[in-house]
Amino acid sequence: MLDKNGIATRIAQEVEDGQYVNLGIGIPTLVANHIPEGLNVEFQSENGILGMGPFPFEGSEDADLINAGKQTITALPGAVYFDSATSFAMIRGRHVQLTVLGAMEVSETGDIANWKIPGKMVKGMGGAMDLVASADNIVVAMMHTNRAGESKLLPQCSLPLTGVACVKRVVTNLAVLDIKDGAFHLVERAPGVSVEDIRAATAGELIVPDSVPEMQL
Amino acid sequence: MAISKLVSGVKEACKGVEDGMTLMLGGFGLCGIPENCIEELVRLGVKDVTCISNNAGVDNFGLGRLLQGHQIRKMISSYVGENDEFERQMLSGELEVDLIPQGSLAERCRAGGAGIPAFYTPAGFGTEVAEGKEVREFDGKPHILESALTSEFAFVKAWRGDEAGNLVYKATARNFNPMMAMAGKITIAEVEELVPLGTIDPNEIHTPGIFVQRIFQGDSYEKRIEQRTVRPHKN
Repeated sequence: MLDKNGIATRIAQEVEDGQYVNLGIGIPTLVANHIPEGLNVEFQSENGILGMGPFPFEGSEDADLINAGKQTITALPGAVYFDSATSFAMIRGRHVQLTVLGAMEVSETGDIANWKIPGKMVKGMGGAMDLVASADNIVVAMMHTNRAGESKLLPQCSLPLTGVACVKRVVTNLAVLDIKDGAFHLVERAPGVSVEDIRAATAGELIVPDSVPEMQL
Repeated sequence: MAISKLVSGVKEACKGVEDGMTLMLGGFGLCGIPENCIEELVRLGVKDVTCISNNAGVDNFGLGRLLQGHQIRKMISSYVGENDEFERQMLSGELEVDLIPQGSLAERCRAGGAGIPAFYTPAGFGTEVAEGKEVREFDGKPHILESALTSEFAFVKAWRGDEAGNLVYKATARNFNPMMAMAGKITIAEVEELVPLGTIDPNEIHTPGIFVQRIFQGDSYEKRIEQRTVRPHKN
């Protein structure tokens, strides 16, 4: 079973040379720490920076330089700042090649819910609806089950949707799964996790091929 | 000769703001927010205002200051997760809230300032956001019709500005400020540093002064950091 950094490490393998990548808040943010040396990748944060660097050294934080999670960051050489309309032109206009975001629920048809629990939690969708509506390549990073132990991979989402039929791949603490033809297709198992563990934790339809390799991390 | 937008300070800048008005406020989180104008709105005690702002500040800073005094009737935002008082007022029904996708919010402000009444976007199709909105397919993909936003006043914050109202923002403090500057009928720009005309290279201006009606240098800026994240120095 993977921890959050393990999930981020596995997702980093999805990133290809030359890609512009948007990382959501939470586990997705950790992906930046696991990109292999030598890969040319630029991170976009929707509040208005391309070429986002690591956290600043202590003492050199700048209140005017933050990421979409409101964390202090740095800008790498070649970075650029822009306004929010331009930022979403990059996203909506499909200039950003890979989007990684967290989710509360994902359905077997690729629907995603991650912005609201009616009557309980109202945080808002932020940029998530724009991202999932336009990105060609969306990877969801999340735990396979919620705190109550219930599956987050469902026949259909019970929470208000963020986007419809948009998620293509899910990476969890247990597995890598692709979504196609109305089902989750098991691609890889996390180290030490059996197909039966994954089956038990997946409420949506799960297609298991004859052989399911273990993740190479 | 440049048309001067200069006013004496925050008090003169905020003249004419009244109860029930719609106000736009730039900023993302606490980054690039018009701190001085927000404090003046608290002092003025205007009530029942509608605030269009990406976020709602934190409990005791930014727009959270207006929420504390129950001055806001309605918020139009994309993300309000950092503010417990906001969540309490919203869930109890005291505060009306319109949550809209961040890119749609930015574009609706831009459209409002650019004289475009509405536009189609794929964001929000199939979700609550699409309820009651016209749907149209382009290239086989469904889009929803989103209308432009304008406001009676827009409050923006820039790094540097001049008497003509030309503005330069710093780093990610730019965010929603340029679009809101365009969409306000009266746009009030507060700047960290007011510089003499001609000091800013015209090539480097982010917001042309035509979009700004009043400008002043803020007395002070706290520039509070919401999430201070650092890495240790190498030994």
